[in-house]
Amino acid sequence: MGRIVLKKVTKSFGETNVIPPLDLEIEDGEFVVFVGPSGCGKSTLLRLIAGLEDVTSGNIEIDGTDATAAPPAKRRLAMVFQSYALYPHMTVRKNIAFPMKMAGMPEDEQKRRIDSAAKALNLTDYLDRRPGQLSGGQRQRVAIGRAIVREPAAFLFDEPLSNLDAALRVGMRLEISELHERLATTMIYVTHDQVEAMTMADKIVVLRAGHIEQVGSPLTLYREPRNLFVAGFIGSPKMNLIEGNAAAQHGAHAIGIRPEHIEVSDQSGEWQGTVMVSEHLGSDTFFHVQDTGLAETMTVRASGEVGFKHGDTIFMTPRADQLHRFGKDGLRLP
Amino acid sequence: MARAITPRQKWTFTLVAWGIGLLIFFPILWTILTSFKTEAQAIADPPVFFAFDWTTENYTTVQERSNYFHHFMNSVIIALGSTLIGLAIAIPAAWSMAFQPARRTKDILMWMLSTKMLPPVGVLVPIYLIFRDVGLLDTRIGLVIVMTLINLPIIIWMLFTYFREIPVDILEAARMDGATLREEIIYILTPMAVPGIASTLLLNVILAWNEAFWTINLTADDAAPLTAFIASYSSPEGLFYAKLSAASTMAIAPILIIGWFSQKQLVRGLTFGAVK
Repeated sequence: MGRIVLKKVTKSFGETNVIPPLDLEIEDGEFVVFVGPSGCGKSTLLRLIAGLEDVTSGNIEIDGTDATAAPPAKRRLAMVFQSYALYPHMTVRKNIAFPMKMAGMPEDEQKRRIDSAAKALNLTDYLDRRPGQLSGGQRQRVAIGRAIVREPAAFLFDEPLSNLDAALRVGMRLEISELHERLATTMIYVTHDQVEAMTMADKIVVLRAGHIEQVGSPLTLYREPRNLFVAGFIGSPKMNLIEGNAAAQHGAHAIGIRPEHIEVSDQSGEWQGTVMVSEHLGSDTFFHVQDTGLAETMTVRASGEVGFKHGDTIFMTPRADQLHRFGKDGLRLP
Repeated sequence: MARAITPRQKWTFTLVAWGIGLLIFFPILWTILTSFKTEAQAIADPPVFFAFDWTTENYTTVQERSNYFHHFMNSVIIALGSTLIGLAIAIPAAWSMAFQPARRTKDILMWMLSTKMLPPVGVLVPIYLIFRDVGLLDTRIGLVIVMTLINLPIIIWMLFTYFREIPVDILEAARMDGATLREEIIYILTPMAVPGIASTLLLNVILAWNEAFWTINLTADDAAPLTAFIASYSSPEGLFYAKLSAASTMAIAPILIIGWFSQKQLVRGLTFGAVK
């Protein structure tokens, strides 16, 4: 079980108010991702749930009981840190055993769980090594192993992949997703990488300056961003945001169109511009277009290889059904 | 690209390194050699290296003239005593500065270090007078107090840099793993802090052992440690190089042996933080 409810939670450091009153419900078994730019309060929020920071006001409920004043150890949560936070003087086996030892679990049960975790995480051959003798990916697996043996109510991940190189990151992303499928335990995952958020989450919580900007499934956020901030934050490459006349024609203060929702042509189209940079990925081609009179740079995505070069004139037509309209207050218009 | 090192360069470096090493070690070697000479051979010109009549007579004379063991015990008590008291004060101090830094922590650290910038002779007279008035002159307790105060900034700085290297994440991980404060201290903090404390202890024992200014100025005989014992052999009656050397050798031998066996720990202590 791992249902976590935040009620009117606030956090201040001295005079600085990091989290204004915030409400959030996390259902049992959900994979929830907190995403936002650095300094948005997502790590603080996670640490409040973990109990590593005390809330200034408000309540945190875990499985229906008030855990606001409970110390971290009593919350039945396991955390995986960005720095892995392994105990350097202990072997992998002892690292994984530590939470069980603290819980006073019988030795044979500890051994059984260590062996099964090590097998699941490909650590069997490394159990007698120290963390210093492992690669980054292996260390991260040990940290995950240490978290799963306790069978916690929920897992908390604080940017666990940001110290890994790109290839490893993709691999570990899959492993964590698989782990979630297998254990079906609540997971709360903090990241600044919206790709991680989109690929892993059941539910994404977009944060800015401690405020929740939007909560929803990845596709809801992609299809119906609630405001300009979410529109600009979710999706890669970023949504093109256009103000002025072009927006006014659609009866909005600003319009947004994703790069993949623009048709390109060398003959004719609604908008016109000059290709500054073209990025060929093979499967797709990205064009960065200037001199459109709409926004400083427009990004367009075309499938496959399309042959525009630097300096070519390009015509662009937005797909009308994919146009997002925003009012003067930044909120989405119906 | 890795820099290529030719065998010739390697030879040159090896020779230069050995040369510098011997140069640094030479005074100690010379002291030891001289301690086995007669007084006449000790001041012979040109100096003799190995071709002299080896004698242990100086050691016998030194032992007869003064009680080596008495001074040795004084050194042990002063060096160990001041270091242990210093650690007892410095561990909590460095701990709080590393893990609960306040707005002025950096300034306090700098201020403590600044006390080491003043030449000790600047405070000799006031400290001498205070010691005289409270009856601490030539007492072991008096010297322990002075040595503690003198080395405290260094002890705190060393421990502070050590403790700061212990990542807070690891302590938080232990908390998440269900460790109580007591368990956190026993299983996580202590094993991680002990190497640092050990290096600090070693270095400060050596510093206190070798300290000569205060020990010579504040003692006569009762509390005089080995430094004062050496100094007593450069007497106004004339220089007795061989006996002085014998006394020096006896004084530095214990610390040299400790240093030799703990060099790995010491080097780690001195370069900690600088090299990762």
